[in-house]
Amino acid sequence: MSRSSRSVSSVRDAAPVFAALGDATRLSLVTRLCVDGPLSIARLSEGADVTRQAVTKHLNALADAGLARNRRSGRELIWELEPRRLAMARRYLDRISDQWDAALGRLAAFVEER
Amino acid sequence: MNTVTVTDRIEKTVHLHAPRSRVWRAITDARQFGSWFRVNLEGDFKAGATIRGRILEPGYEHLTMEMLVERIEPEHLFAYRWHPYDVDLKVDYSQEPMTLVEFTLQAQGDETVLTIVESGFDRIPLARRAEAFRMNEGGWTEQARRLERYVSQQS
Repeated sequence: MSRSSRSVSSVRDAAPVFAALGDATRLSLVTRLCVDGPLSIARLSEGADVTRQAVTKHLNALADAGLARNRRSGRELIWELEPRRLAMARRYLDRISDQWDAALGRLAAFVEER
Repeated sequence: MNTVTVTDRIEKTVHLHAPRSRVWRAITDARQFGSWFRVNLEGDFKAGATIRGRILEPGYEHLTMEMLVERIEPEHLFAYRWHPYDVDLKVDYSQEPMTLVEFTLQAQGDETVLTIVESGFDRIPLARRAEAFRMNEGGWTEQARRLERYVSQQS
């Protein structure tokens, strides 16, 4: 099993997601979109303690991390969360996959020793 | 080793430099299984039976592992169900769907090709999967907690 390559690090995969969420404003935008569904920038800026420009900047950062996306509706940009089920499931599986790698390595050592 | 991963399953194939009968014993003798899997299983594997044991893996010793043996086809197939990745003692996973783990053996000369498939992940709640984040070490713990909160709101 020493010949095998390790699975991609789930930490490395997850880093952009965590970086994008590691900001209070962005996290609140995510929560907002999560609770209220797709919203325009105008709606998202309501009650926010930052400017509309700042909200737009943060939304773009979320989009860069694959957490949100926008679509045009008339004159407005509507933002919604990106379905992240796949990405999250993927990271979960990477973690379990790593555990299997380790277990199989021990199995190989166990059966090949004798 | 070859790894195939889609969202519902993990598949691994490994070539072992040992005869099939040797590999079969290492997998289906509960004591031998326990020695490489690092679990102290009590009892024997029998189709339809549940077997439990304390995990011996450093850092996980507080956990008990439970396997529901599904099928045993001598020297060919060993299949069981379990709750993958039981980490949070405060959470009752017993009502959650289990994944199916299948060990398939194939002789290749005096070597063995072992394939492991764990499937059924798509039925595991998303919030549970977020555990994987929390379990990651380093500076991500707080972010992961936030993310977990977010995910549990979503579900």
